[in-house]
Amino acid sequence: MEQTQIPFGMLLQKAVRIRTHILEMLAEAKSGHPGGSLSAVEILVSLYFYKMRHDPKRPDWPDRDRFVLSKGHAAPVLFATLAEAGYIPISELKTLRKLNSRLQGHPDHRVPGVEFPGGSLGIGLSAAIGMALAGKIDKKDYRVYALLGDGELDEGETWEAAMAAPKFKLGNLTAIIDRNGIQQDGLTEQIMPMEPLAYKWKAFNWHVLEVDGFDLRQVIEALEKAENMRNRPTVIIAHTVKGKGVSFMEWDPAYHGKAPDKDTVKKLVESMRNQ
Amino acid sequence: MLGLMLVQMSSMRDALAEALLELGSKDQRIVVLGADTSVSIKTSLFADRYPDRFFNVGIAEANMIGIAAGLALAGKIPYVSTYSAFVPGKCLDQIRNAVAYPNLDVKIVSSHGGVSVGPDGASHQTVEDVAAMRAIPHLRVILPADAPSTRVLIEESWRTPGPFYIRLSRPSVPEVYSSRPDLKVGHVKVLKEGTDVAIIACGVMVNAALEAGESLAKEKISAEIVDCHTLKPLDADTIVGVARKTGGIVTAEEQNIIGGLGSAVAESTSSSYPVPISMVGVRDTFGESGEYKELMAKYGLTSKDIVRAAKKLVASR
Ligand SMILES: Cc1ncc(C[n+]2csc(CCOP(=O)(O)OP(=O)(O)O)c2C)c(N)n1
Ligand SMILES: [Mg+2]
Repeated sequence: MEQTQIPFGMLLQKAVRIRTHILEMLAEAKSGHPGGSLSAVEILVSLYFYKMRHDPKRPDWPDRDRFVLSKGHAAPVLFATLAEAGYIPISELKTLRKLNSRLQGHPDHRVPGVEFPGGSLGIGLSAAIGMALAGKIDKKDYRVYALLGDGELDEGETWEAAMAAPKFKLGNLTAIIDRNGIQQDGLTEQIMPMEPLAYKWKAFNWHVLEVDGFDLRQVIEALEKAENMRNRPTVIIAHTVKGKGVSFMEWDPAYHGKAPDKDTVKKLVESMRNQ
Repeated sequence: MLGLMLVQMSSMRDALAEALLELGSKDQRIVVLGADTSVSIKTSLFADRYPDRFFNVGIAEANMIGIAAGLALAGKIPYVSTYSAFVPGKCLDQIRNAVAYPNLDVKIVSSHGGVSVGPDGASHQTVEDVAAMRAIPHLRVILPADAPSTRVLIEESWRTPGPFYIRLSRPSVPEVYSSRPDLKVGHVKVLKEGTDVAIIACGVMVNAALEAGESLAKEKISAEIVDCHTLKPLDADTIVGVARKTGGIVTAEEQNIIGGLGSAVAESTSSSYPVPISMVGVRDTFGESGEYKELMAKYGLTSKDIVRAAKKLVASR
């Protein structure tokens, strides 16, 4: 198995590299979703470079941990992470959203390492339950992770899945919510109030943890606590900022689905690298 | 090449917003529902003007249709709108059981239909929605060709009681009609008379059909061009007449040819006056990411594809 875990101290650098890839990809594509990609960087870094058991040389390895990007519009953060991990060439990232590219606007199975096509919101947690159930049938010890948007939680299917996972005692399942407070039309608490969010999941019998989604130590600790739950699924509510790392995008709903232009990105990337 | 003709481009979404604002002022029963895409679809303009009659349900399309059914049952005329991929995609059952079956006055306006959606890719494009909606009894299925006809057909949907599925496309498109076209639900519009072949199109393919007609004219093929904005109820009388007159039909649509416009035309002509029908449309495949024009070319949805089909059809007789 390829060594995918990197020293804790290097995770920060990975996060910077992935952020710059995201911005460059989106500028090149001239469309796509920066906000929810940037808010999830540290979550994916913690999974792909620290916690998850996976092998970029064997994307179909039956014993691998699975990551489901349910909020599929954050494709850039997934593709950039897969590229940094070695699943696809970094040079391919610039083909995002272009005709005949494997890197579609929303991830799908032509990209090695993509476990689930997540463009239609609300389905990913159900699919993750399926993978976790299969792991139990097969007596495998792989873990399943699903990343959900907080706006995505509006979908009724999420709550159908939320009822099902504790019923099936899926200790091998961890849901992570990117709690950035913004969906497409505006703030989640204005479009469809989510609070009290932790109570909702507790009431559905989940093991609930809350973390600062940019604090790698907190995220990793929570992922580890989740693993210690043998018979109960864990949900990690990761408090984040939409557009994190780009001052004019942070907290601005307009950058949910608006790509920055190339000149701006050039400057942003320079200042990120010099930090 | 652009020559003397100045092509006016405009967006169906803008036309939708304008129509809803006007209907909202005329009729207090009009309410609008959105599912976290209302800024993009521009129904947020209705929300700004009539905040008491606009409801954003979040990313919950099934809930939106169910709520619309309740509003209609209590005397309102709800216009619900989000991306075509998710209405009907997420709520076929609610449309079938809560709206169509009881024949309620719910107007479903889905935007971003077909593959012209562009770089978002297959998950956000639709090839199946028209067939699915056509197969549900009571539903009227409308695909406007451009912004001016969107405006008129939205107003028509308000005048006509009962459930509608009105499907719009995302890109700004050339205006087929100048100002206020005279369009009626359930009636095709013959845009150009012809004798050798008929091109029957809907949605953004109507403009491509007109372009094809011009190319064919240069090759001395006289094509009748028909805007079939209402796929259901289909104007079977006129279409059978067109079949009789031309002896061959090319259909053009921006969705799967299985169950779409071509199928509808075949259903209406096959028993009374069968003629060869060549279907231009998506050939039972998902779309992908790419620019609008690139995708239309790749999936065989251009005026050239219509010309090719028409010439083949004419040559075979
Ligand atoms: C079923 C469905 N409805 C609508 C959309 C359009 N859409 C894409 S992203 C989005 C908002 C998502 O917000 P959130 O889940 O909070 O994501 P994040 O903030 O992490 O980007 C919407 C409405 C979709 N992709 N799927
Ligand atoms: Mg969000």
